[in-house]
This record gives sequence, structure tokens and C-alpha cells, in this order.
Amino acid sequence: MALPYLWLLLFFVVPFVIVLKISFSDIDLAIPPYKPLIEWIGKNSLAIKLNFNNYAFLFTDSLYLNALLNSIKVAFISTVLCLLIGYPMAYGIARSTASTRNVLLLLVILPFWTSLLLRVYAWIGLLKANGVINNLLIWSGAIHEPLNMLYTPFAMYVGIVYSYLPFMILPLYANLEKMDWTLLEAAEDLGCRPSQAFFKITLPLSRNGMLAGSMLVFIPAVGEFVIPALLGGPNALMIGRVLWDEFFSNRAWPVASAVAILLLAILVPFMMWYQSVQARESAGAR
Amino acid sequence: MNYRRSYFIVTCIAFGFAFLYVPILSMVVFSFNASKLVTVWDSANSPTLKWYYLLVHNEEILDAAWISLKVAVINASGSVILGTLAGFGLARFTKFRGRFTLNAMTTAPLVMPEVITGLSLLLLFVALEQTIGWPAGRGITTMTIGHMTFSMAYVTVVVQSRLASFDSALEEAAMDLGARPLKVFFVITLPIIFPAVLSGWLLAFTLSWDDLVISSFTSGPGSSTLPMVVFSKVRLGVSPEINVLATLTISVVTLMIIGVSLWMARTSRLEKASA
Repeated sequence: MALPYLWLLLFFVVPFVIVLKISFSDIDLAIPPYKPLIEWIGKNSLAIKLNFNNYAFLFTDSLYLNALLNSIKVAFISTVLCLLIGYPMAYGIARSTASTRNVLLLLVILPFWTSLLLRVYAWIGLLKANGVINNLLIWSGAIHEPLNMLYTPFAMYVGIVYSYLPFMILPLYANLEKMDWTLLEAAEDLGCRPSQAFFKITLPLSRNGMLAGSMLVFIPAVGEFVIPALLGGPNALMIGRVLWDEFFSNRAWPVASAVAILLLAILVPFMMWYQSVQARESAGAR
Repeated sequence: MNYRRSYFIVTCIAFGFAFLYVPILSMVVFSFNASKLVTVWDSANSPTLKWYYLLVHNEEILDAAWISLKVAVINASGSVILGTLAGFGLARFTKFRGRFTLNAMTTAPLVMPEVITGLSLLLLFVALEQTIGWPAGRGITTMTIGHMTFSMAYVTVVVQSRLASFDSALEEAAMDLGARPLKVFFVITLPIIFPAVLSGWLLAFTLSWDDLVISSFTSGPGSSTLPMVVFSKVRLGVSPEINVLATLTISVVTLMIIGVSLWMARTSRLEKASA
């Protein structure tokens, strides 16, 4: 146990300390492109220089805050869409017979094992001007000019919902599978309509599944890079993309670090929430 | 079970699966299209295996695939060792110092946005190189370390949940009969969790084989992985060779998943029969 513990400490926790440190350094035209925080000046004096300019910069240039707010909005809407599509699917899978259930579960898991990059790429072929959807619509006579879908916010939402849907379905299914369905029968025997029984019993009991699935979609979606870069077009302002560009194109490592720290500060409460939901869920299972 | 089949649910399932599978199937179909426009079907010359021929002779893609394969195999093997130890510890020892931290450190990588993990790992490697001179430059080693850090979290979850569904009576019985802890682990525990360890290995392999973001941050010159090459190609639009690559990936994954799930169904039947 000490081995994984030390590994994670060194390669997962310590790196964040370094990110925090570099977010307070000056940008330098050197390799690596930042100045040290701690310097010996003169004989016996040590100077620690904390530079808050990177953070000040994030709050003065509206690009960063807009990107952050937009990312949160996109992630939130995508989560709600995943929940709306994923809940009936998870419910249907949980209530089907054992043999159908295994096949359906396999069908949910399969895309998850296939490369995310390639599945996002598939949507370029479907959505572009002479792509599959436009060709079908023109051929059927529904439209005459191709619709402009690729490189729009619409394409980005489709990509995110499509990629993260299995992450919503699986925890929801795991939760619904443990549900005691006789409760529903009891409610109906006592005169509850099926829809009433669903909203009064099934939905509240599946709260932890919904929360776990939503976190698994929301948290990574906020920092998503690949999907906005491939489907969103140049105007898709997402914080993961801003961080990437600051790092790779502008070589502004301290600014990229400050963006990472800001993003982390927003996401850590959600991660802790996720962990407590998971703990409750496994405690309930025993 | 007295459950009326609802048309609403059946429709939702049908549309949901169509949504999940139409993009995948479209890549497969158009990989046989002769036209360079990819999505405009050239009925005169299709279906064709032209792009398949070009893909297996594409040096850039083959080199990248070889690097990806090396990283994925080392990563999967390392992650399985670390993840099994962590999962075993978390499932079997409910009270030890650092349990909370270990639990948090194995849950966080599952949801952490990859840009953050990638950036932080790169900055660690740069700082290490400056202070102790290791790792000298970045490449396969640094990428593998990066992949292992998030893959082992997935292995931990899989192993932990497998152990949670098995009570520890068997292990305790062996211990009572005088077996040493290490022997109990290898003779009793490991065979029980073997399906989880195997799926953990496959999962870690896939995660590494697919990873773009963490690889981009932690790789060095001359060590581009397959996803990095694919990404630079598809940024410019669709490419027939990528459709072929997707079709091959999907075929391998499908065969593997079906094989493993048949094998697991058989093992669990045997387990139930012997219980």
C-alpha cells in the first residue's frame, strides 16, 4: 500500500504544489520560461518574490472570466442533457430481463472503450457542410442549402453529450439496479398512479446515482479540451482550450498555471461532493 | 416482476442507442468509400480497400502506433500492480493512517480535467530535471508515468469493488489455518480478484492508447503517439485513412469485449455453481 501511496503523492499531489508555485512566478524568456521564486541576494539574505500579476491579469482581461463562465455553462447544460437522455435509458436497462440487460449494458460500455478522439471525429463527418446529415436532408428534399452545423456551439454540445453519456448511464444503472421495485407495487396497490409513484419513490431513491453521474459528466466537461477544439470552431471559448493555448502557443507557463489553479479552486468542492456521494452509495450497499 | 413495458422507455432506449451508434457505424461504412471527400459516396468505385492499403503503408501512423503500443503495455502492467495494491488496501483495511488521503488520491484522477493533470505533471518533470537531473528530457518514460498516475485510479476502483462484493471469510480461514499473509494474497485473494485485475489491465491499456491531452503535455520531440498524430490530421478536417483506423479500432475492441464478457459470464456461472 505504501507504494501506490507514494506514487500518487509524488506524481499527483506534489505537481499541484509546483503549479501553485509557478503561478506566482514571472514570465521569462528562457528554458523553462519562468523565473525562480526564491533567490539568494547578496550574502546572507534570501528573497522570496510572490508575483500576483498572473492572477490580476486573469481578472482584468475579460477573456479568462468569460471562458470560465462559458465552460461552466456548457458543462452544466451538457450534464442536464445527459441526465434527460441517460435516465430513461438506465431505467429501461435496469427493468429489462437479465439477458437483455447484459446485452444493453455491453452496448453502453462498448463506445466507452473505443477511442474518444475517433468518436468525436465521427461527428465532423456527420455535421460538416457536405457531411452525412446535410446530404441526407438535401436528398430527401427537406432543405436546399446545407445547414451550418460544424464549428458551432450546437456541434460542441452534441459532442460533449455524446462522449459523456455512458458516464451518466453507468452510475445511474448501478443505483437503479439495487432498487426494491416492490415499493412501486405497494404504492400502486395503495392507489398511486404510475407517474406519481415514479416521482415520489423512484426519483428520490435514485438521487445518489443522479448526483454521481452528474459529477462524472460535469467536472471533466468544464475542463474539456478535445471536443471544443475539434467541433466548436475558433469562437468556442472554453477554459481548457485557453489553458492549452497559453501553454503551447504563447508559452506563458505562469499564466497557464494560474488558470489551472483557478479552475481547480472551482472544481475541488465538486470533487469532494462526488467523493462523499460515492461513500454514501457504498455504505448503503452493505 | 409485474412491470408493464412502457413505449416511452422503449423509444428512449432505441433513440439513445441510435445516438451512440450512428456515428460509429458511419465511420465504418465510409472507410470503404473510394472518394477522397469521405462523406460523399462514390458509387462507381466503392466499396474499396484502397484506404486500408494506404493506412498500413503509412510510416508516420505506424511509428506512432508502435510508440503508443509500448507506452500502453508498460502503463497497463504498472497500473495493475499499483492499482491492485491500492484497491486491496482500501477494501480490506478499513482503518489505517492515510486511508482518507489514499481514497481521495485515487478518486480525484477519475474526474480531474486532463489539461490540469497534464500541465502539473509536465511542470513536475521540468522541476525534477532542474534539481536532480532526472528525467533527462521528455519522452516515453515521462508519458508512461503520466498515464500510470490516472490509469491506476481506474484499476483501484475496479479491484476495490470486486473485493467489496466478496466477504473476507475465505482469507480469514486461510490465515487461521496458518497461511502467511503473502501466501493468502497469492493463493486466495489474487484468484478471486483475477477477473477485475484482467479488466483493469485492459482498461488501463485502452485509456493510455486513447490519451491525447496528457501525452501532448508530457511527450518530447520524436515521441508522438497515435492520438497525437490523429489529432493533428483531423484538426484539418476528415481524412479517409482515419476512418479506416477507426474501423480497425472498433473491430478489435468489439471482439475483445465480447470475448472477455463471455469468459466472465462462464466464470461467474462456475462460481455460482460451486457456491
